[in-house]
Amino acid sequence: MNNQDQSLIFEISTSGRIGYSLPEMDVATIPLEEILPADYIREEEAKLPEVSELDIMRHYTALSKRNHGVDSGFYPLGSCTMKYNPKINENVARFNGFAHIHPYQDPATVQGALGLLFDLQEHLTEITGMDQVTLQPAAGAHGEWTGLMMIRAFHEANGDTERTKVIVPDSAHGTNPASATVAGLETITVKSDENGLVDLEDLKRVVGPDTAALMLTNPNTLGLFEENILEMAQLVHDAGGKLYYDGANLNAVLSKARPGDMGFDVVHLNLHKTFTGPHGGGGPGSGPVGVKSDLIPYLPKPLIVKQGEQFVLDYDRPQSIGRVKPYYGNFGINVRAYTYIRSMGPDGLKAVTENAVINANYMMRKLEPYFDLPYNRHCKHEFVLSGRRQKKLGVRTLDIAKRLLDFGYHPPTIYFPLNVEEGMMIEPTETESKETLDAFIDAMIQIAKEAEETPEVVQEAPHTTVIKRLDETLAARKPILRYQA
Amino acid sequence: MKHRYLPMTEQDKQEMLGAIGVSSAEELFNDIPESVRFQGEYDIKAAKSEPALMKELSRLAAKNADLKNYASFLGAGVYDHYAPVIVDHVLSRSEFYTAYTPYQPEISQGELQAIFEYQTMICELTGMDVANSSMYDGGTALAEAAMLASGQTRRKKILISGTVHPESREVVKTYAKGQRVEVIEIPHKDGVTDLAALRELANDDIAGVIVQYPNFFGRIEPLKEMEEIIHGIKSMFIVSSNPLALGALTSPGALGADIVTGDAQPFGIPAAFGGPHCGYFAVTNKLVRKVPGRLVGQTVDENGKRGFVLTLQAREQHIRRDKATSNICSNQALNALAASVAMTALGKKGVKEMAVQNIQKAHYAKKAIMAKGVEVIFDGPSFNEFVIKLPAPFSEVNKNLFEKGMIGGFDLGTVYPELKDHMLVAVTELRTKEEIDALAQELGDQHE
Repeated sequence: MNNQDQSLIFEISTSGRIGYSLPEMDVATIPLEEILPADYIREEEAKLPEVSELDIMRHYTALSKRNHGVDSGFYPLGSCTMKYNPKINENVARFNGFAHIHPYQDPATVQGALGLLFDLQEHLTEITGMDQVTLQPAAGAHGEWTGLMMIRAFHEANGDTERTKVIVPDSAHGTNPASATVAGLETITVKSDENGLVDLEDLKRVVGPDTAALMLTNPNTLGLFEENILEMAQLVHDAGGKLYYDGANLNAVLSKARPGDMGFDVVHLNLHKTFTGPHGGGGPGSGPVGVKSDLIPYLPKPLIVKQGEQFVLDYDRPQSIGRVKPYYGNFGINVRAYTYIRSMGPDGLKAVTENAVINANYMMRKLEPYFDLPYNRHCKHEFVLSGRRQKKLGVRTLDIAKRLLDFGYHPPTIYFPLNVEEGMMIEPTETESKETLDAFIDAMIQIAKEAEETPEVVQEAPHTTVIKRLDETLAARKPILRYQA
Repeated sequence: MKHRYLPMTEQDKQEMLGAIGVSSAEELFNDIPESVRFQGEYDIKAAKSEPALMKELSRLAAKNADLKNYASFLGAGVYDHYAPVIVDHVLSRSEFYTAYTPYQPEISQGELQAIFEYQTMICELTGMDVANSSMYDGGTALAEAAMLASGQTRRKKILISGTVHPESREVVKTYAKGQRVEVIEIPHKDGVTDLAALRELANDDIAGVIVQYPNFFGRIEPLKEMEEIIHGIKSMFIVSSNPLALGALTSPGALGADIVTGDAQPFGIPAAFGGPHCGYFAVTNKLVRKVPGRLVGQTVDENGKRGFVLTLQAREQHIRRDKATSNICSNQALNALAASVAMTALGKKGVKEMAVQNIQKAHYAKKAIMAKGVEVIFDGPSFNEFVIKLPAPFSEVNKNLFEKGMIGGFDLGTVYPELKDHMLVAVTELRTKEEIDALAQELGDQHE
């Protein structure tokens, strides 16, 4: 059997072929040895491929066919908001005046770009209900860390050096505790109660004079709105701590509730989620951070401000936490998000959330008879099922996920949040039609039946993909992380 | 509300609300306390139709002076290079750009294999054993390298050369503040790291020493001499490199680096006002389990077929949570793909040829400018950048260049006060003899 039906680019390389067309060498050249010391002239060429342009296009086209994106089919990956990525965004981001400008050009020559960024800051400030937004952070986790660094700087400026604890719910994204650590803070976990919400009594127990912040996703990773948010805000603020909003789930509350109005002091957004990034196979993203007025002095620099009719980069920020990234953030992603917001407008964004929430609740109710629903109440933009009923039949959630591949779907997020046994986190988004949802629901019902009648069909899935389940243990035990001839 | 991205019809809505058992969408939001309920609509600009928005944004973009219409001599970490046209065609395959992180390998082999190939190419250029699947950018990659060194050596001080990109230095310092690591700068002497100062600062408290190659002034740093000093104190040797330069320069790996980072922007990634670009991160085998970010590894499926998966995930935040040494989750996968396609198109011969073109054209430019009587400072072996002392105030020179269709170099006075009215000039392969001669002429005219 052919054990590698897709060649690596290195395996189709043939000495003597080229795939480039460099400019003519129109200046006089001199021997390299006269410019560089001999020790620093590379002797052996880097072993990169030697292929023609058609070889390249065929190779990557073949690879693309072995990849599932939102444009390929339904992608109900919970917490990731895999909505449609509008094509106009791609065109706009490729305009010469956006794609081909240099960050160090004289600001007078990039007023269009600075103006766009300023307007995006203003739009996001209104959407989040905060007082100021920075567009610097490159991604959600980067935004979390930036926000926590600011909170730390705020406490330190107040002489509050003992505030080193960040309270994080047990249902939180892994980046939350990791960001706290990287910001030099410690994580304390607060438990969820039987309703899937933060346990207020447990929060009272952990909150105190050492509290730097409470990090919260709202709605949380179960897709449930933390309805005690005001009590929680009061508890944390009374103790002198700050409230941090993880914006991963903002798609659930656009025009319904703003983090700033809920008492949050710092917010990060994932523009690649709520505002159609796209996800790019893992990035690039963009993770703007919004803050209330008392934290504005600590924002990373520079900030884009308007002076008269001119947009300028403001570096004069003595209390700033400093630079978190070179230049001004992931501009190209910010352009896409701006284009999206301008395509939707206020009524469009309101409809986004309403439709996303209707879609999620509809699926949840249709699937409820066939899978366990640990938290039975209206969800927001996503919901979490448990596969424990199927597990008793010998079919694990992983098997269900793999079986979904045979139907042409990307599976839900599985085994997350950690407080649900055999969890499946489903987020349909607003851009999917009822027909798509119904077809997915039918597939899930069929799989539930298979689990009872022909469990091996599920256990041995996937059956139709280009490759079967992979040996991940082998990959980790004997890592092969690069091609070697 | 009808919108081309929202397929729900009024009939769909009624059917779905019926199935849910509610009479209005509003009911689904009843769990949001009344006092925090947002009333009405956001006070933001009204929606525009596709053609109207295209027109508005196209005009906004046209307000910017772009690198396609001006001859740019601006570099300082972001360069105007030849990007093979094919790069954008591959990137526009939406199977790549609309996918999430490849956590389901059976339907993500395309992305996984592309990144495995990217990792290989970065290893080849840097001379390192292992490269990850990308970081945000060169600056944050360097900061992560410093944090890795501190964790690995259990030491709390980092030395960083004053010839490292100023913004990268600032990012390293911000990250270091988080981890309570001290960052000490090594002064430069005539545009390269002062080796005597390095020797003086080197002691066994130092977790890692960071140097840039070629450095911010374009100069080739004496990595060989530095390696001896750094490993002499059992410290980590961290090199930040422009990967294109490594097509012609001896790789940092061959010169003993422990960690090599940088930005792959020169490979097919547009300047885009500073981002998104693509940080790369490469290490020796010894550090493989300490690398931040995602790694793609080769394995086999149940039938023994070769396939690729995300591997060694026990390092990462979603498994290790507060014990993780890095919090990175989203990376720059799509730009890593762009870099991969560009490196593939350039290939073994093209990467070298392009790097040499940069060296030759910058050298030619340096001589042409000197011939006009303009002083080049920090002169010595360099890649595609060099420093000139301007005969007139920076803003004046830059304005004159702009009027002649040129974007001048970087204003060094903004970050090195002692270099007021000095310009860092970048000359890539895209600059023609005519453009270079025009620059030299204009600078010479200022001189007179």
